[in-house]
Amino acid sequence: MAPPQNRPGLSRTGFSKKAQFGLFTSYVAAISGAALGLVLLIVSLLNPTTFAFARNAAADAAEPAGQISATTRTGGKSVIDVISGYIEAGSKNARLREELAIARSRLVEAAAVESENRRLKALLGVRETDGKPVAAARLIGSTSASTRRFALISAGRRDGVREGQPVRSATGLVGRVLEAGNRTARVLLITDGASVVPVRRVKGDIAGFAQGQSDGTLVIRLIDLGINPLKKGDVLVTSGSGGLYRPNVPVATIANVTRDGGIARIISDPAASEFVVIEPIWQPITELRASDAPQAE
Amino acid sequence: MALIGDRLPGSGLFARRINRAPSTMLATAVPWLNIALASLLPMSPVIASAPVLPPLAFMFLIGWRLLRPGMLPLWAGAPLGLIDDLYSGQPFGSGVLLFSLAMIGLEQIDGWLRWRGFWQDWLVATVVIGAYLMLAHFIAAFAGGTLNPVLIVPQFLLAFILFPLLTRVIAILDLLRLARVKVLA
Repeated sequence: MAPPQNRPGLSRTGFSKKAQFGLFTSYVAAISGAALGLVLLIVSLLNPTTFAFARNAAADAAEPAGQISATTRTGGKSVIDVISGYIEAGSKNARLREELAIARSRLVEAAAVESENRRLKALLGVRETDGKPVAAARLIGSTSASTRRFALISAGRRDGVREGQPVRSATGLVGRVLEAGNRTARVLLITDGASVVPVRRVKGDIAGFAQGQSDGTLVIRLIDLGINPLKKGDVLVTSGSGGLYRPNVPVATIANVTRDGGIARIISDPAASEFVVIEPIWQPITELRASDAPQAE
Repeated sequence: MALIGDRLPGSGLFARRINRAPSTMLATAVPWLNIALASLLPMSPVIASAPVLPPLAFMFLIGWRLLRPGMLPLWAGAPLGLIDDLYSGQPFGSGVLLFSLAMIGLEQIDGWLRWRGFWQDWLVATVVIGAYLMLAHFIAAFAGGTLNPVLIVPQFLLAFILFPLLTRVIAILDLLRLARVKVLA
């Protein structure tokens, strides 16, 4: 028989047939585990929603833990905010009061413009889905260790959440629902590489697409390629083209300008949002009133 | 039954005492529970806009495997990778594949290294975690994410620094798992 250094496995197990067989079966089991993993991976790359049921069941099971961690996150954050608010409290206070007064009057103006808008749309006979939210939920988890950006919300099928519905927080767009379980749902954040949101600049008709880059920024690609009119600090909102996302929801602010668009920072940081709201899928339906048609002729 | 080491100080720390013995169920379950619960960490208070958290389930698997070589069977990567896949956001099956490959790879490295100490363990763990992060990133990019290897550099550095701390946690859990909790009748 060959000496142990010429038969590597022998030095580990010795000459016992039972031990050698034990090592052999464990290798067989490990390699078949790896092969199973490869098969599952290929299946899930070809058809990503295949194993959604397993993910949803697991997320539903772990939802209570996620709820507790979400409340501790918001609780802890408010303590830090209170303490950090003491720094330069006096001058900041005066400045913030001024800004608040201006913001309040601007809000009143915006509400007036919105109601005028609604009245004009009704005059034209434009019919749209009303923006009443489907559900409100907390963000109870995210894929912090993977380069894919998903988040988990604590509302599911039994709250009316379905695939494709956009999710927004009070400050801006967060993402859209990818898979809906019974009590939880998985949300594709706008910072993920697979998320493309049609956006436009608030001022003017500059339209483009915002695609995530997995590091908290979006890359903006303009539709009209010419002189780049974007400037640092421009606010981008959803344009509503193509459906799905309701228009005029804030998305991002330009941080750097590039040749065909820019790099933008998201406005609504998911870590800072306590509650998010799930809205119905937005469909732009324009119909003229049937009664007007015979009169026009 | 011989009371091994009862009379010698400092040895036989985990032998049975009068009316108390370690529980086999606890002794086998603790590493599995540790790694499975570490996979649940995405449910943590951190809602990340970029990959910041090191892959704790994988790091615990490497840690247990390096510190206690015989305890996790060679095929332990498959079920633990399955549990990690449910919560991590990677394409399903990538955890099974990568965890199993890591266990088989560590088995091969075991026979190759001549000396084993703290530094060798840290080096091996760093290399394996780096390879895992790279492969996981490629798989995630294949499934629709962005391909940008620079993204995982902060995560890798954090994992590199954090590994010795995790081995300390594993050491505490190792003491816990051999605690004499079973009351003999």
